[in-house]
Amino acid sequence: MIFFSLSSGLFLGWSLGANDAANIFGTAVGSRMIRFRTAALLAGLFVTIGAVISGAGASDTLGALGAVNALGGAFTVALAAALSVTWMTRLKLPVSTSQAIVGSIIGWNFFTHNPTDWHVLKNIALSWVTSPILAALFSAVIFIAFRAYLKRIRLHLLHIDMHTRIGLIMVGIMGAYSLGANNIANVMGVFVSVVPLRDFHWAGWVITGREILFFIGGLAIALGIFTYSRKVMETVGGSLLKLTPTAAFVVVLSEALVLFLFSSVTLHNHLQAWGLPALPLVPISSSQLVIGGVLGIGLVKGGHGIRWRVLTEIAAGWIATPVLAGVISFILLFIMRNVFAMTVAGAT
Amino acid sequence: MAILFKATKMLESKIDHFLDAVSEGNLVFKQGIQDYLENNHNRFAEHVANINRLEEAADKLRREIESALYEQSLIPEQRGDVMRLLEASDDVIDTAKEVLLQLDIQQPRFPREITGDLRRLSEQVMQAAEALVLAARAFFRNISAVKDHLHKVYFFEREADNLGMTLMRTIYGGSASLAEKNHWRYFITVIDSLADKAEAVADLLGIYTIKRTL
Repeated sequence: MIFFSLSSGLFLGWSLGANDAANIFGTAVGSRMIRFRTAALLAGLFVTIGAVISGAGASDTLGALGAVNALGGAFTVALAAALSVTWMTRLKLPVSTSQAIVGSIIGWNFFTHNPTDWHVLKNIALSWVTSPILAALFSAVIFIAFRAYLKRIRLHLLHIDMHTRIGLIMVGIMGAYSLGANNIANVMGVFVSVVPLRDFHWAGWVITGREILFFIGGLAIALGIFTYSRKVMETVGGSLLKLTPTAAFVVVLSEALVLFLFSSVTLHNHLQAWGLPALPLVPISSSQLVIGGVLGIGLVKGGHGIRWRVLTEIAAGWIATPVLAGVISFILLFIMRNVFAMTVAGAT
Repeated sequence: MAILFKATKMLESKIDHFLDAVSEGNLVFKQGIQDYLENNHNRFAEHVANINRLEEAADKLRREIESALYEQSLIPEQRGDVMRLLEASDDVIDTAKEVLLQLDIQQPRFPREITGDLRRLSEQVMQAAEALVLAARAFFRNISAVKDHLHKVYFFEREADNLGMTLMRTIYGGSASLAEKNHWRYFITVIDSLADKAEAVADLLGIYTIKRTL
């Protein structure tokens, strides 16, 4: 029963792996700088490690938005998010699993008459807007510094190529770790409080139930990467991500840094301890970070050739995706409870 | 880390050797023309042998570099550009060899009044090709310096064109037979074509440099 209930989350994880791994290794694989097998292995491994080690922060935020308290409810919420992502992808609209899961949880809140924490929602919505802006800023600064550095050191073209390859692998690993840490909340966050997995003790180590859950979610993402992301990575060259390998290095590094900023509990606590503004630990969209990163480089180069329409589509997605997911979630919860007699909410 | 860069370093060295061969070919070309005009037959024969050797070495190196670029899937973004650049640079040394070979085979007897200008033409053509080699080296190592050399290629190519025109006017204004005039004109055209080849490579380099700085 538990695995059936987790299936919707695992499907969401598979879909995330299939689509979002291209945001990390897309250009490297598309331009044949790195072999797909190497990229998939590294992405799958580090997404899972990131999910298990650093996945708690963003997951707690989703829990604060709406405490889904029944296994049937968690299944339906994840299913609604997965269906919204699939539907919007088929309509070729920019979509993010982070935005779909938030809408879906709010749909559950409405259906079960549970209050939505508007302060948390405000923080989440602000993060969606600020994260691509931050990625653009990081990307612009890193790009300027990187360009000046390359000009100063005068490396041979072939040496730059080899350094870029190594750099793409390093930032890819970093990006995969951060993606797992940040986006595992979308895949498994709603199941945390309802799946009764016990802590696992082995050789003096304790693996908590939540970490086991995140590990399973990480495996689903890794499966998505291995089974379906090749096509996405290899076709990514002709789309938005058509970047030179050096520009891709800058974009993926910015993406990884922003994902990490919005996921790391340790960094969050340190920033707060030093009296610095800490970013909320919120699941954000890696695709939108890439767009922000590309935009940052585009602006440094004078802003020619930037497709401003893409930005308006993203902004529309901030509203359309959660609304659609919320409506689907509400309808599915109604069907699950009244047609399949599923318990979608526990006693509050 | 050193192992990772071993193949890269070997290829870098091959590219350097290729450009060295093109550059040396330019110098041999200039010396060859001067020795031919001064009737130093033995030295001219040495230059013909040298340019043959250099052209063969450049061809071999170019093929090795192209194979390595594909086999090791290096510089996927610029691979096509680099290969075209090497092939076009190879055309420069091919042309230089062709000029010296034709001089050796056809043994034209140039009138005394044009030998000075012919010598100057070969120098200008050589300087255009030399500036091109420097631009190509900069493309690999110091992209911002490419333009500093490209404008020299264009300058010397223009000068060579003007001198070629002056030479042809002098030839056709003279009293030699039409057959002799056409024979001399052929050599002026092929010598000048070396600068045109250098200009064509410079055009490619200009575009590749813009692509790389983006």
